[in-house]
Amino acid sequence: MNFFILSIVKAAVVAFVLLTALAYLQWLERKVLAHIQLRIGPRRVGPHGLLQPLADVIKLITKEDMMPSHVDKVFWFMAPFIAVLFALIPIAVIPFGADVSIPAFSVGSLHFPAIKTAMQLTDINIGVLFILGISGLGVYGVALAGWSSNNKYSLLGGLRSSAQMISYELPMALAIAAPLLLLNTLSFREIVAGQAGYSLGFIPRWTIFQGPFPQIISFIVFMIAAFAETNRVPFDLPEAENELVAGFHTEYGSMKFAAFFMAEYANMVTVSCVATLLFLGGWHPPFPAAFGSGYLPSLILAGAGILSFLHGANPARPMDRFTLPVFGVVFFGLAGLLLVPAVAAPVMPIVWFSAKACVILFVYIWVRGTLPRFRYDQLMHFAWTFLFPVAIINLFITGLLVALS
Amino acid sequence: MDALLFMIFAAIAVVCAVNLVVQTHPISSALSLVGVMGALAALYLLLGGEFIAAAQLVVYAGAIMVLFIFVIMLLNAGTENKGRRSWAKYAGVPLMLVFLGLIACGVAQQLPASGNVVFGEFKGGTALDIGRALFTTYLLPFEVTSILILIAILGAIVLARKEID
Repeated sequence: MNFFILSIVKAAVVAFVLLTALAYLQWLERKVLAHIQLRIGPRRVGPHGLLQPLADVIKLITKEDMMPSHVDKVFWFMAPFIAVLFALIPIAVIPFGADVSIPAFSVGSLHFPAIKTAMQLTDINIGVLFILGISGLGVYGVALAGWSSNNKYSLLGGLRSSAQMISYELPMALAIAAPLLLLNTLSFREIVAGQAGYSLGFIPRWTIFQGPFPQIISFIVFMIAAFAETNRVPFDLPEAENELVAGFHTEYGSMKFAAFFMAEYANMVTVSCVATLLFLGGWHPPFPAAFGSGYLPSLILAGAGILSFLHGANPARPMDRFTLPVFGVVFFGLAGLLLVPAVAAPVMPIVWFSAKACVILFVYIWVRGTLPRFRYDQLMHFAWTFLFPVAIINLFITGLLVALS
Repeated sequence: MDALLFMIFAAIAVVCAVNLVVQTHPISSALSLVGVMGALAALYLLLGGEFIAAAQLVVYAGAIMVLFIFVIMLLNAGTENKGRRSWAKYAGVPLMLVFLGLIACGVAQQLPASGNVVFGEFKGGTALDIGRALFTTYLLPFEVTSILILIAILGAIVLARKEID
């Protein structure tokens, strides 16, 4: 019984955090893209546009949900559900931090027993394969949406996306296989445990630094393939707006469009988490606690706080005089909170994990603001004649060196 | 709990399999097949074959069926045109029952009777066990199968090439 209650609470927390993060990821993307292009980005709704995601959600929910008359009704209706379902499931096996224990406590007449639980919904032996399998099913949503819309642009978008996902799944799977050879397990918790500690006292034993063969090539191949799998720039041909209107989701509006949007961002989050776990050591800090890695997040937050106060003192826009000092206080508060040992012990792993995942998510947005789109033949050529051989050779060398050492 | 889950997924598999035959549109049939694959993966998982379950999902549901659907979409295949073979409607079900009976008979005679399957009893389904078995006990069949598949791939490329030239 205890197990069920705990699981329901954890599932609710993870779902809430994930969905909020998806909404704010979109805000972040618009802001970063805007600043890359020397614009300001959303700032009308709430301070610095912080309530923009809420406004977007309300807009999407209240829009009329139209069904075009020429679509294949059953599949057209199913497609967004399939896409969003298989995008959200993988988060269930991703661990966000080390174990936490909550001591027994009582509220009034209610007594809660002591709990020791993992920061993860469930740990399964085949976690990596599970994620590969489930995210491989996500392509059905896109393909069906394209086909059932009964529209040439959508069909081309769906076809492109299927071909692209099939092609890039191979180098991605091969790139995932190489670090698994080093770590000898398929469970995410053991994968992270295998990357604990430091060689020579300061180099973290993450798989991208771990001997006998550092997995930097795997990491790069994985990230390129992951960009293609999530249909992001420079591989966003399925929804290339200047050739295909909006690709596979041309005929969708309202929450069905939002479902595809959510699926894309959820896939980005999953990929970032998997890259963090497989290559960047999960929640292990980048240098030992003896060198003060416990103080680094507080230091960065304090820096952000000082910056906010400075900009608040010389406001570029009138409202900044009031909003930026508030942000500064919040940053300083968080920095102080992370210095309290009772808070830092359970929270620090999550901070490191989300920091690494956020860096990868930032790279996603950065690349979108920087690179142009591939041509379709270039995309296929790149996958089969460059990425795939590189991944295979990398796997061979890794296997050979692991067998020798 | 295990028996209940088994019944649910077995029912899904059977319903999807029947739907696969009944549907006239190739995309509906292909998606029903995906449902069968998914339900089978869940059944493997219940029986303790976790690696097989994941492979079923990655290879069959994820890769092979996506290719099927891709080809159906690319050729834009329409609804299947059912001919006027009315005898098939009436003779089909009895013939199938007879055929199934024969198979059941043959299996019951050939294979030794065994005890009931117990959920959670089988422990040799991890990736480690499968890898060990493939690269020690069954190394030769494994390599022979790989070469067979390689030949099939090369054959497909050669045949496709001829058509392009």
